[in-house]
Amino acid sequence: MKILVPVKRVIDAYVSIRVKSDGSGVDTNNVKMSLNPFCEIALEEAIRLKEAGTASEVVLVSVGSGDIDTVIRSGLAMGADRAIRVDAEDDLEPLAIAKILKHVVEQEEAGLVITGKQSIDGDNNQTGQMLSALLDWPQATFASEVALDGSDAKVTREIDGGLETVALSLPAVVTTDLRLNEPRYPTLPNIMKAKKKPLDVIALADTGVDATKRNTVVNVSPPEERSAGIMVESVEQLIDKLKNEAKVI
Amino acid sequence: MSILVIAEHDNSELHVSTLNTVTAATQMGDDVHVLVAGSGAGDVAAQAAKVSGVGKVVHADADHYKDAVTTELSDLIVGLAGDYSHIVAGATTTGKDLMPRVAALLDSAQISDIIAVDSADTFKRPIYAGNAIATVQNADAKKVITVRPTGFDAAATDGSAEVATVEASAENGSTKVVGRELTVSERPDLGAASIVVSGGRGVGSAENFKIIEGLADKLGAAVGASRAAVDAGYVPNDYQVGQTGKVVAPNLYVAVGISGAIQHLAGMKDSKVIVAINKDEEAPIFQVADYGLVADLFEAVPEMVSQL
Repeated sequence: MKILVPVKRVIDAYVSIRVKSDGSGVDTNNVKMSLNPFCEIALEEAIRLKEAGTASEVVLVSVGSGDIDTVIRSGLAMGADRAIRVDAEDDLEPLAIAKILKHVVEQEEAGLVITGKQSIDGDNNQTGQMLSALLDWPQATFASEVALDGSDAKVTREIDGGLETVALSLPAVVTTDLRLNEPRYPTLPNIMKAKKKPLDVIALADTGVDATKRNTVVNVSPPEERSAGIMVESVEQLIDKLKNEAKVI
Repeated sequence: MSILVIAEHDNSELHVSTLNTVTAATQMGDDVHVLVAGSGAGDVAAQAAKVSGVGKVVHADADHYKDAVTTELSDLIVGLAGDYSHIVAGATTTGKDLMPRVAALLDSAQISDIIAVDSADTFKRPIYAGNAIATVQNADAKKVITVRPTGFDAAATDGSAEVATVEASAENGSTKVVGRELTVSERPDLGAASIVVSGGRGVGSAENFKIIEGLADKLGAAVGASRAAVDAGYVPNDYQVGQTGKVVAPNLYVAVGISGAIQHLAGMKDSKVIVAINKDEEAPIFQVADYGLVADLFEAVPEMVSQL
């Protein structure tokens, strides 16, 4: 079985982002870029399934300009066998991405798609679910455990208030939550090997997808700052403030 | 055209997040309908009919709606979509799972997790874990939207809408829920509580977390935790407040032994009043706190409990 892992390049999770003063967006110039953390988890899970003999090949796919190739190589260094980049502008909407991925899934005849539940830039949490809808496949989102037995899958999902286990048949789309696994760091030999792994580029036009944006970003602004509070000296003073000043207890 | 709100429920009780979602929906248009799809969920339909601002409850009942499985509900919603300009659900794990599937089937570019309605087609939503707010205008004929419950007040429950029954969609059957482990608690729900007491790595152990729980019980509060405390195994995953956990906005948020990583702040900085108790006076949590107390939590928290 071939596993397709869609990934995204994002501003590194440990970078403090800066909103551009003209309100047009977030500044991505000279900022450290990385694989989206949830995508790393998805890739790790796929690699483990291959190591366990469940999967035959792990194919990484991403959509964007040549600027994202460095991040694709880091995914190859983790252990993906090869990669596909669909050449397009860098910030397409999830619906367009899902349509492009559908094309790739069908071309590759993948039996399972594992992807991150959301990217930490747009925070949309849409692409996996949209892809499964377009493919008419079952979906299991927010996975914290994936167990495969032939074409049967049992996925434990993180839901509000606890955990839920769903049973479904492959092919399917699984999206990963934080605790599914801990992604490995690429070793130096694997980083060297990754440079020689195949990275095929497909033109957006060849996917037949109309990626025209439906949403216009009118403005991006920093969140409202909280005004500075005060330090109290004692528990007694704290309780007094909460009762008589803030009136919340 | 009308607005359709997808109710969240457990077949007996309407989930409180639906009240917030209805408030958001009433800002998008005048005629708000609520879909209750469940199994034996007549009581929920009756509760939904009492939500102020709701013009009509659409009730579909079938065995295969019992677990709110996305592949079952999405077929039903797409079948009903013809009458609606907006389809709206809470940005809970149920809504987040469901709505993108609905959106893709309707060829609509979903707007996720909105915190404000500027107009019928323009919305505000947090991006980068709340470190920026985007204002987004959508051009699709049918708008598919998830609503961050803490961004909107809960609707009142003094209405009286009619309940109309609709035919269930055919069973999809591709996905079955085979087990659920829900955290059972006498305390209020973390997402809806008016007071939340959270502990962080500073609490030190699962055993020590009883100190946090003691304060929460004294205040009638829900218990939360930072990701560090969850990763260290002190409490279950669903206690986590933050970017990758729950987003809360209670009247009072008490952060105990929490340093205040960006990831945690993203989940609680919209709280009305924030209290931070930490022995490290340099902890970033003090920059967002209304009241800060530099103290050893193992002394300060029991002292609070005895003085309350």
